[in-house]
Amino acid sequence: MKNNLMSLIAGILFGLGLCLSEMVDPARVIGFLDITGDWDPTLALVMASALMITFPSFWFILKRHQPVCADKFSLPDKKDIDSPLVIGASLFGIGWGLGGFCPGPAITALVTLSPDVVLFVLAMLTGYYLIYLVKQDKVIK
Amino acid sequence: METNWLGGIFGGALIGLSAVLMLLFNGRITGISGIVGSLLVNQSFSERLWRALFILGLLIGAAIYITIHGELELHLQASRSLLILSGLLVGIGTNLGSGCTSGHGVCGIARLSKRSITATLIFIGVAMLTVFIKQKLGL
Repeated sequence: MKNNLMSLIAGILFGLGLCLSEMVDPARVIGFLDITGDWDPTLALVMASALMITFPSFWFILKRHQPVCADKFSLPDKKDIDSPLVIGASLFGIGWGLGGFCPGPAITALVTLSPDVVLFVLAMLTGYYLIYLVKQDKVIK
Repeated sequence: METNWLGGIFGGALIGLSAVLMLLFNGRITGISGIVGSLLVNQSFSERLWRALFILGLLIGAAIYITIHGELELHLQASRSLLILSGLLVGIGTNLGSGCTSGHGVCGIARLSKRSITATLIFIGVAMLTVFIKQKLGL
């Protein structure tokens, strides 16, 4: 039960962080990605600030034998840089550059009930599910 | 747009804190694409519950912001059809590439994961190139 409460609290903090930093606004994201224009470094600040917190904390946390409210750490087990990673990251990059939305901000922006955001999220879920189906068929490693 | 120094630093710190709490208490990586996407596939009730609560939290966080600040400004950067294409690519890409800005960018880099550092460099680079080309084409 405590782990569920913690998920809710972490979600609230994450959502607040995305709003406060204005990362929910695609104009902010495109402003960072548009390096030939009037460059907006806010996104870099957000990532740097988040990493200042996660970098040292993760190092200490992962020295523990187990998390506080779970039996074990659930970490990605893949180690190699393979073609799905490279192709996936590239396709994500194209999508991110076209719309200025990545998954967290898009989900958070649903609160505005903007039809465009709803359509983006539906398309995103469809794309995610398509790959899930492909992976079911033949295991991509 | 003017750089949002305070919002960027404090907002980023909240995002980092969120990821720290998720790892410390639940042993989980805060990757939003995975959290949302996993809800679509077969999972036990308890696996679904924590993910659904995290997403509910995102929405509550935004609602709290709107309550305090008055509004949440969104300036859409693409036409509706382009947004749908963009959403499809984000969904396909994050599933194939095992993560997005949060899972790879904020958590993976903090774990010094080679895969995450590579993915982050690729998606930021490709996104910058995409914005450049999109502007040249006048889309």
